[in-house]
Amino acid sequence: MKSAISTMPGKPKLTTSAMIASIAAEGQKTKPAPFGHALVELARSRPEVVGLTADLGKYTDLHIFAREFPERYYQMGMAEQLLYGAASGMAVEGFMPFATTYAVFASRRAYDFIHQTIAEEDRNVKIVCALPGLTSGYGPSHQAAEDLALFRAMPNMTVIDPCDAHEIEQIVPAIAAHHGPVYMRLLRGQVPLVLDEYNYQFKLGKASLIRDGREVLIISSGIMTMRALEAAKELAGDGVDAAVLHVPTIKPLDNEAILREAGKPGRLVVVAENHTVIGGLGEAVAALLMRSGVHPAFRQIALPDEFLAAGALPTLHDRYGISTAEVARQIKGWLR
Amino acid sequence: MSTNTLVNTPTLAQRARNIRRNALRMGEVQGQGYIAQALDISDVLAVAYFHAMRYRPEEPTWEDRDRFLLSNGHYAIALYAALIEAGIIPEAELETYGFDESRLPMSGMASYTPGMEMSGGSLGLGLSIAVGMGLGLKQKGSKSRVFTLFSDGELDEGSKWEAMMSAAHHKLDNLVAIIDVNNQQADGPSKQMMGFEPLVDKLEAFGWFVRRVDGNDIDAVVAAFDAASLHTEPQPRVIVADTLMGKGVPFLEQREKNHFIRVEAHEWKLALAELDAGDRS
Repeated sequence: MKSAISTMPGKPKLTTSAMIASIAAEGQKTKPAPFGHALVELARSRPEVVGLTADLGKYTDLHIFAREFPERYYQMGMAEQLLYGAASGMAVEGFMPFATTYAVFASRRAYDFIHQTIAEEDRNVKIVCALPGLTSGYGPSHQAAEDLALFRAMPNMTVIDPCDAHEIEQIVPAIAAHHGPVYMRLLRGQVPLVLDEYNYQFKLGKASLIRDGREVLIISSGIMTMRALEAAKELAGDGVDAAVLHVPTIKPLDNEAILREAGKPGRLVVVAENHTVIGGLGEAVAALLMRSGVHPAFRQIALPDEFLAAGALPTLHDRYGISTAEVARQIKGWLR
Repeated sequence: MSTNTLVNTPTLAQRARNIRRNALRMGEVQGQGYIAQALDISDVLAVAYFHAMRYRPEEPTWEDRDRFLLSNGHYAIALYAALIEAGIIPEAELETYGFDESRLPMSGMASYTPGMEMSGGSLGLGLSIAVGMGLGLKQKGSKSRVFTLFSDGELDEGSKWEAMMSAAHHKLDNLVAIIDVNNQQADGPSKQMMGFEPLVDKLEAFGWFVRRVDGNDIDAVVAAFDAASLHTEPQPRVIVADTLMGKGVPFLEQREKNHFIRVEAHEWKLALAELDAGDRS
């Protein structure tokens, strides 16, 4: 929490329920606005790329694109239904709109517009949304705990939950190469840099075994892969050997990789996601395993089915079990 | 298509009559349909497709066409009737209306039908898409225009007003909206469901060039489309068309007004006969 407010010099930082908070840990390696810079790079060779936003250009890193391509940037005002209807219209005319807002507004307020004008018509619109899952301490108005469930349920929609800056940079050209609607969770601002150390390469629709281990298989997406990797290091210190399968594409799911890894005998399977326990990666994996007759010991690390509290992110991530320490603690408990 | 000076070209009134006939024949095929709306909007569609818009019947996705977005998807029966009259859909296909595997489902959908440019059904979507298409056409340097038809009931949807503000803000002079004011929505008379008057004042205050006309007076509708075309200010245009549900078939004009008007099995032939009789008189 680098932006925590301190009113009393010398005292430790106070907790804060700020809307915008970095998910980077103290001292963690980060990269600024990876989405904005990657989009600029893409747009140089793809003249059909346009950027649209609903009064959140600065807060979705789209201002980087706006600065570089002002004539291809459209401010639609604080009107998310219009934003996605208009993005559909631009796609009809041959453009590739990257349309940004917060995840809550795309998934909850504009759902029917995305369903009907983008997904049903199979328009080439990239829906890129900041503050996914629990990445805001502002309260339920800005906590998109159910965005993956909502977009998974929409036919034609590809759904992506990136882990870090390294992956976001790779996702932008990859989703541009895919014709059709995409929902991408966005990490913006100073975004943690993690996967560069693992020689990682994003492939649309593919899961990736980032770390192998004998006792636990953590299947994770988004920032929970970062947490899983940290937790695996912590667990290793306690003699627990954990594998991490990163699943950035929530839909279509990489069934083959998940079944291959979860089917290896003798490992506890834990699905970890920054999302409500309902309808996200955990339930998708559980259903896949059941349908396929693969029955490992199975646990979920996910947000509870309740309206989440306002507060500082570290406090909330601890409370709801998605901090590194809590991930490690829960897994140790299950192995006991 | 625009104006055609050939001597044998049907008049706009004849076009409108043919559109009504096509719609009634589709209604008869299924024994139902939003026929009262189709009859009320036929004159506007005749002017749009045979006076105002540029398109190629044999090439519905021709890049330089004027676009037509049917926001009120339940008017699909009316638009199919116009697309048949325009030669975009073969007349024989009329017999398939509403059946399984038909290209003419009861609610208009973009992926089913040539000439249907959006999926309606969920009301209030069209103007937002039109804004995006208008922006896209300008970005491409295209001279094509976007026409979009929606109903007075759709004015209840907040998204319509988002799109209205946006169209004026972005100076979309390539956008022509048409509002069918037939004063009828699902639960009753539109003005009783959610008062929207004074509509012209509201639209002008939102920055639009507005013409309000009797939508069943073809000359007046032509004048409104012409005014929208000739207007030079950089602002979106809207034609508010006051129409009569069931227009052209007297016994349907007088039937108790309902969103989904009941027509008995034997009445379809009567309706066609009345339409033809009205044309002869």
